[in-house]
Amino acid sequence: MPEPVLSIRDLAVHFTTDDGVVRAVDGVTYDVYPGETLGIVGESGSGKSVSTMSILGLIPQPPGKVVSGEAMFQGRDLLKLSKKELRRVRGNSMAIVFQDPMTSLNPVLKIGFQLGETIKAHHGSEKDDEVKDHVIQLLRTVGIPQPERRFEQYPHEFSGGMRQRAMIAMAIANQPALLIADEPTTALDVTIQAQILEVLKTAQDETHAATILITHDLGLIAEMADRVIVMYAGKIVELGDVNTIFAAPRHPYTIGLMESLPRLTADEDWLRPIPGQPPSLINRPPGCPFHPRCFLSQGRARCREEEPPLRPIHAGGTGVHLSACHFAEELEGATSKLAEPTVAEGVT
Amino acid sequence: MTEVSRPPEPGSPDAPLVDLDGTLYASGSQVRTMPGAPTDLAPELTDSALAHESGLELKARSQWAYARSRFFRHRLAMGSLVVLVAVLLCGAFAGHIASYSYDAIDLNNINAGPTTTAHHYFGTDQLGRDYFSRVLYGIRTSARVAFFVSILSTILGTLVGSFAGYFGGWLDNLLMRFTDLILTLPPLAVLLVAAARLGNGTINLGLFHLGQEYRVALILALLFWTGIARVVRGLFLSLREKEYVEAAKASGSGDVRIIFRHMLPNSMGPIIVNMTLVTAGAILTESALSFLGFGIKPPTAALGNLIAQGETQMQTQWWLVVFPGLTIVIIVMCINFIGDGLRDALDPTQRRIRA
Repeated sequence: MPEPVLSIRDLAVHFTTDDGVVRAVDGVTYDVYPGETLGIVGESGSGKSVSTMSILGLIPQPPGKVVSGEAMFQGRDLLKLSKKELRRVRGNSMAIVFQDPMTSLNPVLKIGFQLGETIKAHHGSEKDDEVKDHVIQLLRTVGIPQPERRFEQYPHEFSGGMRQRAMIAMAIANQPALLIADEPTTALDVTIQAQILEVLKTAQDETHAATILITHDLGLIAEMADRVIVMYAGKIVELGDVNTIFAAPRHPYTIGLMESLPRLTADEDWLRPIPGQPPSLINRPPGCPFHPRCFLSQGRARCREEEPPLRPIHAGGTGVHLSACHFAEELEGATSKLAEPTVAEGVT
Repeated sequence: MTEVSRPPEPGSPDAPLVDLDGTLYASGSQVRTMPGAPTDLAPELTDSALAHESGLELKARSQWAYARSRFFRHRLAMGSLVVLVAVLLCGAFAGHIASYSYDAIDLNNINAGPTTTAHHYFGTDQLGRDYFSRVLYGIRTSARVAFFVSILSTILGTLVGSFAGYFGGWLDNLLMRFTDLILTLPPLAVLLVAAARLGNGTINLGLFHLGQEYRVALILALLFWTGIARVVRGLFLSLREKEYVEAAKASGSGDVRIIFRHMLPNSMGPIIVNMTLVTAGAILTESALSFLGFGIKPPTAALGNLIAQGETQMQTQWWLVVFPGLTIVIIVMCINFIGDGLRDALDPTQRRIRA
C-alpha cells in the first residue's frame, strides 16, 4: 500500500446543545490513498459529512468541537493547524464540492469572478489575465460550452447542472491532492446526475486527486467508489473494497441498507426497510448502537452490553475488510441484491 | 444510477409513462413512439448557438441592470431625482446663478418682499441681503453636510455592522452594546453640547480648509451610523449562514475577503436605501441645529439658520421663513421618494412597480 494522502485516527466531534452533548462523530479512523475514490455512506446524521468537514475547520465552533483525534495530511496534522494555515489548505490542496449548486454560488458575483477568487485566494501574485485564462481553461475542462461567454455571466444564467460543473471547476482550480464531494448529485435530477459524475471523473483524471465521496446513494457508490465506509451513529460499522461490500456485506446495517433498495431484476411488492429509528446521539444505547434495530442481535446480551470493535473479517474479496459486529461470522454467505447478477437471498 | 424503475410492461394500461429518452407520453395515445426522431438537440445547437443563428441572443443582465430598469420605471422616484438634481445643481452653481453674493448688502432694498426689481426673487432681509442668493448658498451648505454625513456614517455603520454580524461572539456583543449606548444618548442634547464645546471655526487640515459645516457634519455622522450598523449586522447574520459563504470559506477565502467581496455586495440594497434616509435626516437635523443657533453660524447661509433669522419677523416678512422652509421640504421629500424607489428597485423579490 502506498502512503495515504489523508490519515484520520480516532476522530471525535461533539456538538454541545441545550439537550446535551451530541456525539456526531465518535472515534472514526480511516485512510485515503492517492488516486482512489473512497465512498462514505450512511443515513442523515450518521456523521459522514461532519467527519470530513471538521478536519477542515468547517463545522460551526461553537457548538461543534473536535474532541480528539488526528488528521494527517501531507505530513501535518490538520487538527493542530492554526486558522490561517488551515485556510491555506482549504481550496488549495484539499477542496470541496458542495451538495446544492443552487445556493453555493454567490448570486451577485459573476461566475468568472468567483472562480478567479479561489485562484487568487491562494496565488495572489497571479495576474488578472492569467487568472482569466486559467478560469476559462477550467470551465472548458468541466464541459461548459462557450467558456469565454460564460465567464461573464451570473449564476442565475446557469442551469443546475451547469452550476454544479462550475462548482467542480472551482474545487479543482488549484490542483487539489484530495477532493471531497459532499453529496454532489443529490440536488440534481437523474439525467444531470450522470453527466456530473462524468465531470467528476474527468476532474479526478485531470488532477489525479484522491476523492472522498459522501453520499447516501448506494448506486452512486457502486458506480464511483473503490472502497466504501459505512457509517452509523457517528461510527464506522463496515469498511471494505466496493466489490466486497456489495458481494459480501458483513454488517447487519449494511445489509439492511441494501435490502431497503428496490431491485431491478425481481418483482418486489414491498421494500424491506430497517425497522425503528436511528438512535439519539445524545443518549446512545449501550453496546452496539445498531442493536435495537438489528435482525441479527435478537436480544442477545452481548449486543446490548459490549460495544463491538471494528475488526478484520475474512469474507473473501480483496483488500482489508472491517466490520463492527460481534456476530459478523454468522453472516457468512450473505450477499446483497446489488451484487449482480446471480443474487442469493440476503439473511433476513 | 439508482433511478430504478420497472420497465413498462407491454400493453400496460397505466397512466403516463416516461420513455427511456425522457419523452413523456400518455399510454394509448397515438404519438406513442417516434422511431428515429431526434430526441434532443444536437450538441452544437444548444441555447446560445441557436440564439446566435436566429439573432435573438438575450443580453445578459446583472442584478444591477434589473434594479436600474426598475428604478427608471418608478415614476415618483424618477421625478424626485430630476427635481433633486436640479435643486442641487442650483446650489452647486450658486456663484453663477445668484445675482448677489450670500453676504452682499443692498441698502436700497431693505426688507423687500419677493419682487423682480433688482432680482430679489425671494425678497431681502433687514440688512438688505438677497434671500434668493442666500437660499442657493444655503442649499450648497446643507448639501455638503448631508453628503458628508451620509458617506461617513454609512462607512462607519457598515464596518461596525459587518464585523459584528460576521464574527459574532464577543466582538458582536461589544460593538452592538456600544451601538446601543450611542442610541440611548438624546441626540439633540448631545448635538447641542458637542456643537457648543467644539466651537464653529473652520477646520484646518494642512492642505484642506474645511468650512464650519464639516464640523457639524462630523458630529452628526458620529451619531447617525447606528441605524446602518444595526441593519448591516442583521443582514450579515443571515448571509453568514448562506451556503455560498461556506463555499467561499471552503475554497480558502479569508475573513476580510469574504466580508468585502462576497457578503457586502449582497447587502448593498438595504445599505443604499438607508443611506438616503440618513441623508434626509442629516439635512433636517442640521437645519434644526442651525435654527437653534448651534449649527452653522451666520453670515454663512444654511437653510436652518435662514429660517431662524426670519423667525422673529415671520408675521410681517413671511418670505424669510417660507422660501428656505419650502426648499428643505422639497429636498427631504425628494430624497425620501428616491429612497422608496430604490427600495423597490433593489428588492429582487418584487417584480411589480408601485407608484
